[in-house]
Amino acid sequence: MPKEVLIRYDRCLGCRSCQLACAVAHSSAGNLFGAVLNGEKPRTRIFVHQVGGYKAPLNCRHCQDAPCIDACIAGAMHKKGDGTVTNVGGEQQCTACWMCVMVCPYGIIRSDAEGTMALKCDRECRDETGIPACVRACPTGALVYDEVDDYSGRRRLDVLHRALSNV
Amino acid sequence: MKGTSSIDPASLQMLKVARDGGLETAWDRYLAQQPQCGFGELGLCCRNCNMGPCRIDPFGDGPQKGVCGATGDIIVARNLLRMIAAGAAAHSDHGRDIIETLRGVAAGEIKDYTIKDENKLKALAREFGISTEGETVQTIAEKLAEAALEEFGTRKGYLQAIDRVPPKRKEIWEKLGIMPRGIDREVVEAMHRTHFGVDNDPANLILHGLRCSLSDGWGGSLLATEFSDVLFGTPRPVRGRSNLGVLSKEAVNILVHGHEPILSEMLVEAAKDPGLISAARAKGASGINLVGMCCTGNEILMRHGIPVAGNFLQQELAVITGALEAVVVDVQCIMPALGQLAACYHTKFISTSPKAKFPGAIHIPFDEHNALETAREIIRQAIENYPNRDKNRVFIPEEATAYVAGFSVEAILSALGGTLIPLIEAVKNKKIRGIAALVGCNNPKVTQDYNHVNMAKALIARDVLVVETGCAAIASAKAGLLLPEAAELAGAGLAEVCRALGVPPVLHMGSCVDISRILTVAAALARELGVDIADLPVAGSAPEWMSEKAVSIGAYVVASGIFTVLGTVPPVLGSNVVADLLTKQAKDLVGGYFAVETDPFKAAELIIAHIDEKRAALGI
Repeated sequence: MPKEVLIRYDRCLGCRSCQLACAVAHSSAGNLFGAVLNGEKPRTRIFVHQVGGYKAPLNCRHCQDAPCIDACIAGAMHKKGDGTVTNVGGEQQCTACWMCVMVCPYGIIRSDAEGTMALKCDRECRDETGIPACVRACPTGALVYDEVDDYSGRRRLDVLHRALSNV
Repeated sequence: MKGTSSIDPASLQMLKVARDGGLETAWDRYLAQQPQCGFGELGLCCRNCNMGPCRIDPFGDGPQKGVCGATGDIIVARNLLRMIAAGAAAHSDHGRDIIETLRGVAAGEIKDYTIKDENKLKALAREFGISTEGETVQTIAEKLAEAALEEFGTRKGYLQAIDRVPPKRKEIWEKLGIMPRGIDREVVEAMHRTHFGVDNDPANLILHGLRCSLSDGWGGSLLATEFSDVLFGTPRPVRGRSNLGVLSKEAVNILVHGHEPILSEMLVEAAKDPGLISAARAKGASGINLVGMCCTGNEILMRHGIPVAGNFLQQELAVITGALEAVVVDVQCIMPALGQLAACYHTKFISTSPKAKFPGAIHIPFDEHNALETAREIIRQAIENYPNRDKNRVFIPEEATAYVAGFSVEAILSALGGTLIPLIEAVKNKKIRGIAALVGCNNPKVTQDYNHVNMAKALIARDVLVVETGCAAIASAKAGLLLPEAAELAGAGLAEVCRALGVPPVLHMGSCVDISRILTVAAALARELGVDIADLPVAGSAPEWMSEKAVSIGAYVVASGIFTVLGTVPPVLGSNVVADLLTKQAKDLVGGYFAVETDPFKAAELIIAHIDEKRAALGI
């Protein structure tokens, strides 16, 4: 089963380290000081918003039946073997028609700075251990990179421990 | 050297002991902090008001202004100024404590210290315009201490020691409006300017940063050095040993760590007490082994040749030897981790300053008025603790490299025969290419001592005389570079000078406040030659710096006209305006400027190129 970036909303402090790490991972320099010194303007593909009392990160869910793939008239958006949905390296190049942006239920597809291409989480940020840059950057463990069933299993145990610890 | 913790074999052995014992050190905590916050690394977060915290997106994707409208340039400049203010405050508060002690001694309130260098006392009195004719030492000391304490809040225009600098330098500072007016004042004004809604011009903020730092270099630090010399003696060349191997398997080991000599000097005295030595023997120990660490270690090694157990990153490793009966600390650079670590051993962690308390420490307040008795009590506690040492858990590395330290300005002059002329001649005829000051800390971002030792070696090999203070100097001590024999690693010219004078190619000039000694030599050289400090073939570097004090040091060295290479990246890259100001425009404004180079070999090349440029300009 592919791993997903799963979010523990109660742990997010809104530091935006994930956003910064995502942008750096998509820079040519590949490191913060280098990207800044080169004057690069890489863009993040994960977003942290304030929603009521919550600080809420959101990134691409890499849907099984991804509407962005269906909507991509150009034939750029596709799913890779590891489950990653991306418009990089598809049959055709992205034409910036923004159909994917319009159909994405989460609003996590955005434009590049010039308005010439759709940008989204492409998981091209993973380090030698396979961990995405946003997950590595998260200081509180709000972002978890795991298989869904492993994650939910841990979550169940956590809930049960808390519920039954005083019984 | 990526992936290696240290080049020091003693540190590496102790880190293995730590790993095997499941003990945590700064290196582990540094790894646990990865990745560190990018906004913080760039200096782009602001917590100065409660509309925030705010941070600026360095890539222009997110917010470009804080709630108040502050740009990244403003935020970076404000943060840097606050770092300088904190560093200047630390040095200067240390200086004040020393002067207060001299005042107490002069007034007869403090009995356990004496005035060790009357000549220096009188020279300083003359500098402050205090008549010494027919006056008793006590009266001179009292008047001098009062005058020096006035420097903290003086309204006379500028600090006394500014008269040491060449006229051209004074003009530059006056023209830029950065003449330091009072030690406390510049720190207070820095905090005022960085308060919400005050100074929002990056250049104006940085210029005040330079002024604030000058109040440290030519104020607080300088007074700390000079008054320590008066009270405890001006250092003369002295031999000793360095690294963790100075700890003893048989004796009661007491490590004194921190910065001020007030405590450590008295511990040196108390450790000689025959009664205490027999008490130690009665407990089965061979005696009392007092050793230093960091700058308080430097203070007592400079004056007494007391062994130094290591530099900043070795404080935890010393505890892990299992051979310490007590770690006694005062202020600055003391890791709060020591309490928990000491609890894993029999080691007592003893704090002494009312300003610096630590979790897990026993607090024995050090009172200058009852100094010797307090020092005795501390040593007694260590002796009492000796039977608790678990000999099976003791591991002391063998490394204990010899050093020669104690190169105060006076000692250098004496080695030169009383004047700077022989040094100037050696520079003119290129036996000595130039002078580089290597100073500052350790930082787990850098393989411990790798930058310090490699830069020093690369520079002396090219005939650059290296002068050092602080943890940089301890790195050289451990590497054997502070021995006259190290002249064989120097270029032919420098080696010849070293052999003729019997001095090492790397001179240990003291603790981090003693960088003021280096400033004093630079100013005297410039005066002798009739030029500005910025015209000299000299440079500075903080190859492994980490503390705010180092930021203040870097700033006052640059503001004094000296090119300075930083070996770890300061949190300013979030602003092109500030980075440009520090690394380019400063050259036109104050003569000195910063470069950042994390590779010690390339950093040495930058310094050599700078020295050659200055030599060419002087026509030598």
